[in-house]
Amino acid sequence: METHVITVKNLVKKFGSFVANDNLNFEVFGGEIFGFLGANGAGKTTTIRILSGLSKPTSGEVKVAGFDAYRQTEQIKKNIGYMCQKFSLYEDLTVKENIILYGGIYGLTKSLIKERIAELLAKLRFQEYENRIIADLPLGLRQKLAFSVAVLHEPKIVFLDEPTGGVDPITRRQFWEMIYETAARGITVFVTTHYMDEAEYCDRISIMSEGKIVALDTPENLKKQYNAATIEEVFIKIARPVSLHPHPPAPFS
Amino acid sequence: MKRFLGFVKKEFLHIFRDYRTLFILFGIPAAQILIFGYAVSMDIKNAGIAILDLSHDEITQKLTDKIISSGFFKRTENLLHYNDIDRVFKKGKTKAVIIFEADFGKKLVREGKASLSIIADGSEPNTATLVTNYTMAIVNDFTMELAVPALNNSIRIQPEVKMFYNPNLKSHFMFVPGVITLILILICALMTSVTITREKEFGTMEVLLVSPLRPIQIILGKVIPYFILSFINVLLILALSWLVFGLPVKGSIILLLAECMLYILMSLTLGILISTVSKNMQQAIFISLLGLMLPTILLSGFIFPIENMPKVYDYVSMILPPRYFIVIIKNIMIKGTGLMYIWKETLILIVMTLFFIGLSVRKFKIRLE
Repeated sequence: METHVITVKNLVKKFGSFVANDNLNFEVFGGEIFGFLGANGAGKTTTIRILSGLSKPTSGEVKVAGFDAYRQTEQIKKNIGYMCQKFSLYEDLTVKENIILYGGIYGLTKSLIKERIAELLAKLRFQEYENRIIADLPLGLRQKLAFSVAVLHEPKIVFLDEPTGGVDPITRRQFWEMIYETAARGITVFVTTHYMDEAEYCDRISIMSEGKIVALDTPENLKKQYNAATIEEVFIKIARPVSLHPHPPAPFS
Repeated sequence: MKRFLGFVKKEFLHIFRDYRTLFILFGIPAAQILIFGYAVSMDIKNAGIAILDLSHDEITQKLTDKIISSGFFKRTENLLHYNDIDRVFKKGKTKAVIIFEADFGKKLVREGKASLSIIADGSEPNTATLVTNYTMAIVNDFTMELAVPALNNSIRIQPEVKMFYNPNLKSHFMFVPGVITLILILICALMTSVTITREKEFGTMEVLLVSPLRPIQIILGKVIPYFILSFINVLLILALSWLVFGLPVKGSIILLLAECMLYILMSLTLGILISTVSKNMQQAIFISLLGLMLPTILLSGFIFPIENMPKVYDYVSMILPPRYFIVIIKNIMIKGTGLMYIWKETLILIVMTLFFIGLSVRKFKIRLE
């Protein structure tokens, strides 16, 4: 459990003079659910793009699944799964065609894809949808399917960028059950969310503000540390940009 | 490679599942060929003509018959008075009125000359010019026939005009190459730019970029299906224009197809470039249609000869790829020339293709950062 699948040391990412990620340091352990929180514009997306090999750090050391984020982005891409806030399956293709497509892109063999399709459809009780196009499915089902497709190739880490946006509470709950199950299989889950109740489900969370990580611990410890009943309170206390506070907040201990 | 093939297959599924795309790909080219070929014909056939004969003698009767029986005109009305001219034009069916002065025949026999007026409807300048030219030709022909016995001892020069390559001056010869030029650039650029921006808009591009597929594979995977379909399109258009209009390909068909491939490739890279600069599908469609269709129709030499344009437009048209392709395709199809005569244009298209590829690769990289 205690092996690091993501190591970030002194990560800085600049766009011109704008510093999107300002000296980030954190580790993510294998098999944990790591919540990555922060207000809009705090720099989360930039970090995820670097971790998933889409963009290169300006400076600092970043290792994902044991590979270097400067030189081994191809290797990183093979070892991660990704699901973004915008919906990521093709609406005009059927469930089966989508699975075959992504399975193929990640280099699974035909027989393995076939096996996974059967497994997946059975697990999601999806059999009757196999040959329906995605556009005909309700949003909740689509999100679950998108997640299953993102971990189809059994990656070491799966990045979920606001996976539950716009989904009803029941589906959200089911979705989190899937996340737990995935983590239990040993796949590390790196998730961003704006729902603070979801943050409570994570093993550890980090909170970003203005390009910096301002808190990183288990939900329990954070609540204790900030003397708050919920993570939402913690978040409001620390995640808002300084300029919006009427009084400067107490310095972090 | 297997990853890549699956990706290409998916692109075909997108195309075949979307009737609109299929229609744009195959319906519009066929419709354009038929519309341009038939409706926008520059030839005249059965143009309405009215006769105001103030003389009513044997000669005017003969000349009128000759004009009507030429096949270019049909008589709409016989007028009795000058005042009727305006009325008959306003009805719209009549394109020209032919007026024989009083005592036309007598004057012609006695004085050797008589006057005839052709009044054409100038609100349609093209038709008006054509109608007057055709009528004048017929009248000249007629006077020759009349004059031959009387004037056979004087010197006459009778020019005999022949049109090389297109003996009957059929306008399909001009339109089919033009339509191929227009359709290919429109469809290729439009389709690729739309299909790539669609992935961006739906968020699937993110997922593809995070996947082990390389960016170049993503682009190629999106473009290859359109390349194949556009090529089939060329074959269809050529077959259609051959079957319907009897338009032959005089030169080497292999050279023609190779040049078409080059042009398709150029248009596809242009489409990629458009997709890298447009934020959404509407913008991509807008740029493709407005930025490509109008300049191609107006400035490429498709309809209006570049030689007759003001110099400024001539320079502007130099950056338009269709200008060069029209020259190439007309040369091969109608004149039957070989690569010897069109290598310059071909080279320009190759350079443009490389330029667009280079530019879009750079833009694509910047966007990724």
